[in-house]
Amino acid sequence: MENKLIVSSSPHLKSAESIRSVMTDVLVALFPAVLAAIIFFGFRALITIVLCMLSSMLTEAIILRKKDIFGDGSAAVTGLLLAMTLPPAPPWWLCIIGGVVAIGIGKQAFGGLGNNIFNPALVARAVLMISWTGHMTSWLSPVDLVSAATPLASAGTPDFVKLFVGSVAGSLGETSAFALLLGAIWLFYKGHINWRIPGGYILVVFVMGTLLGGEGISLSAGLFHVLAGGVVLGAFFMATDMVTSPVTPKGQLIFGIGCGLMTMLVRFYGSYPEGVTFAILLMNAVTPLIDNLTLPRKYGEVAK
Amino acid sequence: MSLKTFKGGVHPGDHKSATEKKPVVPANPPAVAIIPLSQHIGAPCEPLVAVGDEVKMGQKIGDSKGFVSAPVHSSVSGKVIKIGTCNSAPGGTVEAIFIENDFQDTWHESVKPNPDWEKLNADELKQLVREAGIVGMGGATFPTHVKISPPPENKIDYVLVNGAECEPYLTSDHRAMLERPDDLIVGLQLVMKIVGAEKGCIGIEDNKPDAVEALTKAAADDPRIEVRALPTKYPQGAEKQLIKVFTGREVPSGGLPAHVGCIVQNVGTCIAIADAVRKGLPLIERIVTITGSGINEPKNMLVRIGTPLEDVIEQCGGFKPNLKKLILGGPMMGFAQPGPENLPVTKGTSGILCLTDEDVTVDDIGPCIKCAKCVEACPVSIMPLFIGSAVEQGLYDRAEQYDAMDCIECGCCSYICPAKRPLTQWIRMAKSEIAAKRRAAAK
Repeated sequence: MENKLIVSSSPHLKSAESIRSVMTDVLVALFPAVLAAIIFFGFRALITIVLCMLSSMLTEAIILRKKDIFGDGSAAVTGLLLAMTLPPAPPWWLCIIGGVVAIGIGKQAFGGLGNNIFNPALVARAVLMISWTGHMTSWLSPVDLVSAATPLASAGTPDFVKLFVGSVAGSLGETSAFALLLGAIWLFYKGHINWRIPGGYILVVFVMGTLLGGEGISLSAGLFHVLAGGVVLGAFFMATDMVTSPVTPKGQLIFGIGCGLMTMLVRFYGSYPEGVTFAILLMNAVTPLIDNLTLPRKYGEVAK
Repeated sequence: MSLKTFKGGVHPGDHKSATEKKPVVPANPPAVAIIPLSQHIGAPCEPLVAVGDEVKMGQKIGDSKGFVSAPVHSSVSGKVIKIGTCNSAPGGTVEAIFIENDFQDTWHESVKPNPDWEKLNADELKQLVREAGIVGMGGATFPTHVKISPPPENKIDYVLVNGAECEPYLTSDHRAMLERPDDLIVGLQLVMKIVGAEKGCIGIEDNKPDAVEALTKAAADDPRIEVRALPTKYPQGAEKQLIKVFTGREVPSGGLPAHVGCIVQNVGTCIAIADAVRKGLPLIERIVTITGSGINEPKNMLVRIGTPLEDVIEQCGGFKPNLKKLILGGPMMGFAQPGPENLPVTKGTSGILCLTDEDVTVDDIGPCIKCAKCVEACPVSIMPLFIGSAVEQGLYDRAEQYDAMDCIECGCCSYICPAKRPLTQWIRMAKSEIAAKRRAAAK
């Protein structure tokens, strides 16, 4: 026989999924939110997104010395997620520093894809937030683009329809719950996320918001805390980051609950109006611990 | 309709359409039969014949004094021309007896029906099963007479028959269920009698409704037997998963099905038992599915044990020119072969799967992104990703802590991994290292 046969260990069938296809699915899932950002904040939003993605992908390509700048797609996802956490019109250099920090410090310094402990996009956001607080909190109202306060920082009765659709001030991707949920449904459908992390996260935010956010028990305060700020983006796209969240079913639920708890503690008792970034980063740090404490009961486990 | 199933598993697509509707056809007897002396798990047989001896069809030509072993028989009549070696499915070579076929098919005098088979007691039946050389025909090839002789302290109440045929591509069990349902039921009843079980269960994946129907009809007269459709999900037919679905029991870690009162038999094994007990037939032929994109005429064939693979392939129109992988067994747990040369069909050959370069990919191994898809897919709920990473670093103690030894090697984790990490292979490495360490510690 002229052509040599391949001899390898079973199984001989593999699913069609690859890291690249998973990352592409995440990019597709973020598309409605990107569209909403461009509709609400205009062309500047697109520039911010492109700058973040390009700087992330280039940083990765340079560090890994690879010519294919899309590669496995993970840097593009990080760049896009970073853009989603930025205000609509930050200076161009802020976007570029963000991308370099996300990939260089958040990801490659730990050994690259799969080895980072913290969500790279959130590492970059935290660095930018602390270093250039002014630029990171210059919010614009949608469409007319004048300075405005975010719902979390302003007083008065919230307009839930506006909050849900996303026509409120805020970062690019955190405003439209509707667009984010569309993307989340896609990720559920593709099997890349499950209910445990987002479910635990949002439930805790809702319950704590209801109990502590208004006067007495207030369901509308609960709903407000879910829809305002970055909880929806965080719960479905940041906390569910595969690399930095637990792998065990029980661990995922604990992680989601922990994120919700930390977010609300920052919102109620911290010095920032928003707590999603720090909540998720803190929970990232304890992910390996959670995994090891929540190993599933194996088939036929015998009590020791 | 919601069917009861097990936790985890994957859906690789069944790929069975090429052969599932094709009746089993007999393959031509080989000009030279190559009968390996070890076609089972356990002690290899010693040859009972010498070069130059005349042998008859069904004559016992190899046996062992070990309890965990099964004798081998000649599948043709003719003359022993060589005692040498041939290739074996899992790799390496085994001793084999080469018999030149005289094409007379003269039966040996030991092969005779048992008209009073219904009066035989359990010990006599076990002896018949042993003498017929019957082993688990799903591919594991554990000697059946050992399986049906559980220690007396383990009371067996369930005999389960695996008709799931959850391996993609394979249809040999499916065809056996359609073409010989009554014999299958007799085989099951015999095993129930031998082990004293009150309940018999046959589990069949719901992509084979015709088999469910045929067996339900065949078992209609015996209220002890339940035929049940199971969801089509790999590895539905795995022993431990089947037991859990039918009885709710879990085989304890490191234990055997008998420890929870169960015995699981393959479809082909049950039919072989019925043949051995009623007709006195030793196991000298089996149904083999020859299929895949790399074969010209996919078929289900009744093949004499010892038929060289090349003969069978030729009767199926030969390989396609772009053949890239030749697998004995199914695609999830079967063994890839370097070629068909000097390789006979044995008692464990459920399928010959031929794949072309379109179906065979060689992927770069990526980093683990901790997507947890392997954790979700693992039917025994161990942590394939952590074991894989431990083995990559040579940390076998850590692999042991993550329960590598409980792995059933179904292949779900490797199948599902988006980073194409060979998790099952790594876990197998861990198992062999850990077993070696335990053996050394026991000395």
